Amino acid sequence: MDVGVVFKIAGIGILTAVLHSVLKSFGKEEQAHLATLAGVTVVLFMVIQLLSGLFDYVRSVFSLY
Amino acid sequence: MEIMQIVGLGLITTIFYIVLKEQKGVFALQLTIAFAAIVFIMMMGKIQVILQVFEDLALKANINMFYLTTIFKIIGIAYIAEFGSQICRDAGTESIAGKIEFAAKIIIMVLAIPIIVAILETIIRLIP
Repeated sequence: MDVGVVFKIAGIGILTAVLHSVLKSFGKEEQAHLATLAGVTVVLFMVIQLLSGLFDYVRSVFSLY
Repeated sequence: MEIMQIVGLGLITTIFYIVLKEQKGVFALQLTIAFAAIVFIMMMGKIQVILQVFEDLALKANINMFYLTTIFKIIGIAYIAEFGSQICRDAGTESIAGKIEFAAKIIIMVLAIPIIVAILETIIRLIP
């Protein structure tokens, strides 16, 4: 199992937090929020792929449907 | 030993969770979801082996496979509902976790009804 996803998510989270505070200090509130939104979307993609794999696996193991 | 991997990953995830929770709660939650999914997928292979053993035993004992697959389905639904409700509870949405558990209970009940009916019919046949 690829454990790297956890580190990727943590890295993107920290990066987004830093980016948010930097952009905010420059007075660009809009772009700070957009950067946060982009980070959340990228991480959500990864999490959803992981979850879809998990659900498929569970469905095949327990013969659900 | 796989448990060492999981404990290590869990501790690292907890540290990242604490770091991220301060600034961005969304990422902390998604970190939790990813960790839960990874642990679940790691354990799924072992669960598959256990279920295979049970299936072989049932075949040897000539048990109707319908009952066994129903039980497997119930176990699967319970696991996946627990997974979802615990994540919701982590995020602080107690009510959504409760709804997931409620739905799981109802679905398990629906799956269990044929077994209950079979047991009742057997009992009725035994009693003259």
